[in-house]
Amino acid sequence: MLRQKFDEELQRLQDEVLVLGSKVEKALVQSVEQLTQQDLAASRRLIAGDRLINERRYTLEAETIALITTQQPMAGDMRLLAAILEILTEMERIGDYAKGIARINLSIGDRPLIKPIVDLPVMADKAGAMLRKALDAFIHRDVALARAIPRQDDEIDALYNRVFRELLAHIIANAGSLEQATYLLWAAHNLERTADRVINICERVVYTVTGEMQELDVDDADIESLG
Amino acid sequence: MPEAVRDGDYAIETRDLSVYYGDFQAIKGIDLAVRRRQITALIGPSGCGKSTVLRALNRMNDLIPGARVEGQVVFHGQNVYAPGVDPVEVRRRIGMVFQKPNPFPKSIYENVAWGVRINGYRGNMDELVEQSLRQAALWDEVHDKLQESALALSGGQQQRLCIARVIAVKPEIILMDEPCSALDPIATLKIEDLMRELAQDYTFIIVTHNMQQAARVSDHTAFFMIDQDRAGTLVEYGPTAQLFTTPRDKRTEDYITGRFG
Repeated sequence: MLRQKFDEELQRLQDEVLVLGSKVEKALVQSVEQLTQQDLAASRRLIAGDRLINERRYTLEAETIALITTQQPMAGDMRLLAAILEILTEMERIGDYAKGIARINLSIGDRPLIKPIVDLPVMADKAGAMLRKALDAFIHRDVALARAIPRQDDEIDALYNRVFRELLAHIIANAGSLEQATYLLWAAHNLERTADRVINICERVVYTVTGEMQELDVDDADIESLG
Repeated sequence: MPEAVRDGDYAIETRDLSVYYGDFQAIKGIDLAVRRRQITALIGPSGCGKSTVLRALNRMNDLIPGARVEGQVVFHGQNVYAPGVDPVEVRRRIGMVFQKPNPFPKSIYENVAWGVRINGYRGNMDELVEQSLRQAALWDEVHDKLQESALALSGGQQQRLCIARVIAVKPEIILMDEPCSALDPIATLKIEDLMRELAQDYTFIIVTHNMQQAARVSDHTAFFMIDQDRAGTLVEYGPTAQLFTTPRDKRTEDYITGRFG
């Protein structure tokens, strides 16, 4: 078997991508849980933990580049490594969104919430599930799955629109809720953006397998119109 | 029998080309249209027939006893294997640079002038030698020692001298058979730069075992492999960037990613 060492390295990198992905997914879901429970100590820990996600991303990026320079990958191998570089970036950004939500929790502090937080955990769960499936598609080179995942973004977009309108109604009814409503809107926006990042990952899966660079995010106009 | 070339953008084209060495079929049914003023790389594992294809283009295989050609090599609308075609004239218009630099044991000047002289050149030889050496990016290094032996040059310089020698007779196509395999990386890059420069005026076809070199230097790449009869066949041919990032054929993918066992 030729290139056994190289194949082992490729496999290890993909495993590491999965591990980092599960950390990021966990951080995302936890950040919203902490917000609903106003658990400030946990949010502080999550913010500190994001540094580890970033460090891991840079390490894996350096290892990927080292593999490219030393092994001169071609064709499918090169597409895989190029995809890994992109996927690492997207996952680190998702980690940053989780950190952003944790910061929002700290900003709201222990003041009472203007409304019970119901839709944000659903958005976080859905976005987390999308990420998990996207990485599943990546590992199994499942193009059909990668193309199907972006459709779930519509549900997240719909939830975002609902949260947006509810918070707007709160602000109109009670100007005092402006600051917290804005914070919560940021959190919702981070979750909506997470789903978009996952779609980028799906695009990289399609690229890895087929070599086609293709936009999968077709229906983002509703969000754009909301600014 | 002369035939019109399908498309003026092609410098040379093989049609259903097969070459036999005695009973052994070295290449089988090759259809390869090479674009004018571009660099085309022929790659593939040892014994896949890529050098045989290269040597068939200017009838170098004629010199091998028992070699036999079927099919056509169409150059300027004419099959170079047609009766009455002078192989010497074919080789003047389709020059060749070999794996090992092979200057004659003569002066640098004479190495460039020789081929031109036997072709009966009557112009200004000094000018032609200078122009050829300049085109081969060698003039600056040798202009003050033109009468010294070519064998005193470094390997990379000798190979550029061989390119100057080919250029001097004003060919249209330059065939290169592993031209850098005996050179160090810097000399190799110099040859590659030179090829890119000269591709504005000449068509290059290069056989190389070095896939990175094919990827770096060529516009189009043709991948050859032996089939079940052990004859070389053309598996895939396309733009270099496409072939090395998204090959269409699984066999190409396996070879260029190093999984070919």
